[in-house]
Amino acid sequence: MSSDLRELYQSVILDHNKHPRNFCKPACTNRTAEGINPLCGDQLTVYLDVEDGVVKDVGFSGTGCAISTASASLMTQTIKGMKIEEAERLFKGFREMVTADPQSEPGDKDLGKLSVFSGVREFPMRVKCATLAWHAMSEALHDTGETATTE
Amino acid sequence: MSSAEKLIPRDEGFDPARVKLDFPILKNTGLIFLDSAASAQKPQCVIDAIANCYSRDYANIHRGVYELSARATANFEAVRETTQLFIGAAEAREIVFVRNTTEAINLVAATYGRQNVGRGDEVLITEMEHHSNIVPWQMLCEEKGAVLKVAPMDDRGALMLDEFEKLLCTRTKIVAVAHISNALGTVNPVKEITRLAHAHGAVVVIDGAQAIPHHRVDVANLDCDFYALSGHKVFGPTGVGVLYGKAALLESMPPYQGGGSMIETVRFEKSTYADIPQRFEAGTPDIGGVAGFGAALDYVSELGLDSIERHERELLAYATDLLAEVPGLRLIGTAPQKAAVISFSLEGVHPHDVGSILDHEGIAVRTGHHCAQPVMEHFGVPATVRASLALYNTREDIDALVRALQTVRELFK
Repeated sequence: MSSDLRELYQSVILDHNKHPRNFCKPACTNRTAEGINPLCGDQLTVYLDVEDGVVKDVGFSGTGCAISTASASLMTQTIKGMKIEEAERLFKGFREMVTADPQSEPGDKDLGKLSVFSGVREFPMRVKCATLAWHAMSEALHDTGETATTE
Repeated sequence: MSSAEKLIPRDEGFDPARVKLDFPILKNTGLIFLDSAASAQKPQCVIDAIANCYSRDYANIHRGVYELSARATANFEAVRETTQLFIGAAEAREIVFVRNTTEAINLVAATYGRQNVGRGDEVLITEMEHHSNIVPWQMLCEEKGAVLKVAPMDDRGALMLDEFEKLLCTRTKIVAVAHISNALGTVNPVKEITRLAHAHGAVVVIDGAQAIPHHRVDVANLDCDFYALSGHKVFGPTGVGVLYGKAALLESMPPYQGGGSMIETVRFEKSTYADIPQRFEAGTPDIGGVAGFGAALDYVSELGLDSIERHERELLAYATDLLAEVPGLRLIGTAPQKAAVISFSLEGVHPHDVGSILDHEGIAVRTGHHCAQPVMEHFGVPATVRASLALYNTREDIDALVRALQTVRELFK
């Protein structure tokens, strides 16, 4: 099996796909948004409990491929306890990482565990999967009541 | 050796490996293409026919008195006759050139449908239709206050013909059904469906997009009223499709789009319309595309649809047999009458991931809902992996697919 496939499907990603964390609706939520990828039918909902500008709790539900499921799972772990601005900044950094030119040196974005998704940049067709939960999260932060789509 | 290999003799006269060499994209790249149900690849003769049209025989048609225009018109009309013979229509004027199957169905909905479907009337489709044979009828029904009825399929993906029959009544004005399901490969009994529909006074529209590259179609024998197909699925270029309609019905229908070519006379007070088929062909058509489409039909005829069908039936059995041995693989669509399409899911792996990994191994398959979301809903899956076969696919392609699926399983174990 080639190395870039292994790079895309790292064991952390496979583990979060099999056992997604925070895969539920938290007891207390005040912001929700749905993310849909019409191309492949991925559909997930992100629930947030935001108080005083801080993400107190976060969870998600829905169905999707390994990349979108693992991305949602790791996202929920990472943003719990973050200020809204921090979460937004992280989304920006994450998006830059997965859409970076595959030829360029991987930048030091300090994305911590999220850097397991750096292999996505070799697979442009999968960028939408990796960012679906993040789009929904961002939508929920502004809770416009609209459905986030990757299109 | 698998049991399929033992039981089914190969067609000695038909060599798919040699056929593959006719297709530059397959010959030059080694690509294993298992997505022909979405769109088929093009043989060199089709590419040449398009190039020749533009480099030797091109002018607008049905207009000029000069020789080149007359020749372009003759070539264009000759393809109408080729198409007539290919699908067994009684007359060439029953062949209307459109963009694709979708436009052909929309044409019927917008003309015959608007003229004949009223409040409380019914349009009957099946559960396995492609979105293009659902949405135009939904739009028509919404506009007219008519009702869209849906005949169910069973858990193999076969149409429940008795349930279909029960849904027919005097209010049923149109029956629209796929000849072959794009998501499941189910071959529908369209001749019997037509007979039943006619007994209730309904006209029958067949979505033939998936049937035309695999199956000898004889519209006269089917007795269907309309038959829609796309050139690009039968190895022709994109941009050319066909609506077949019985002459008497086409003659009774109002125009689809207004413009040049479809008129007899134009006055500001009132215009009169051309005879069929020109009445439905407003504006300059895809002249180069039609040249390529004609070459594609000639190519298929030369190989022989019976040989193609035999080869694909053998390959489908071979593939079904091998795939059944892949642990965790569930076939979606196991109707007794099936053609050229194998939809499946792999336990614990989302189709999108399967598709990415297969792509990485040089195998193109389709993953997703295949523009048939109600089918996905029926089987309780968000999406499937679909491997679809055509005349250029070989046993080696299937072997590569099965090997790549082992890679998927290894990665996701």
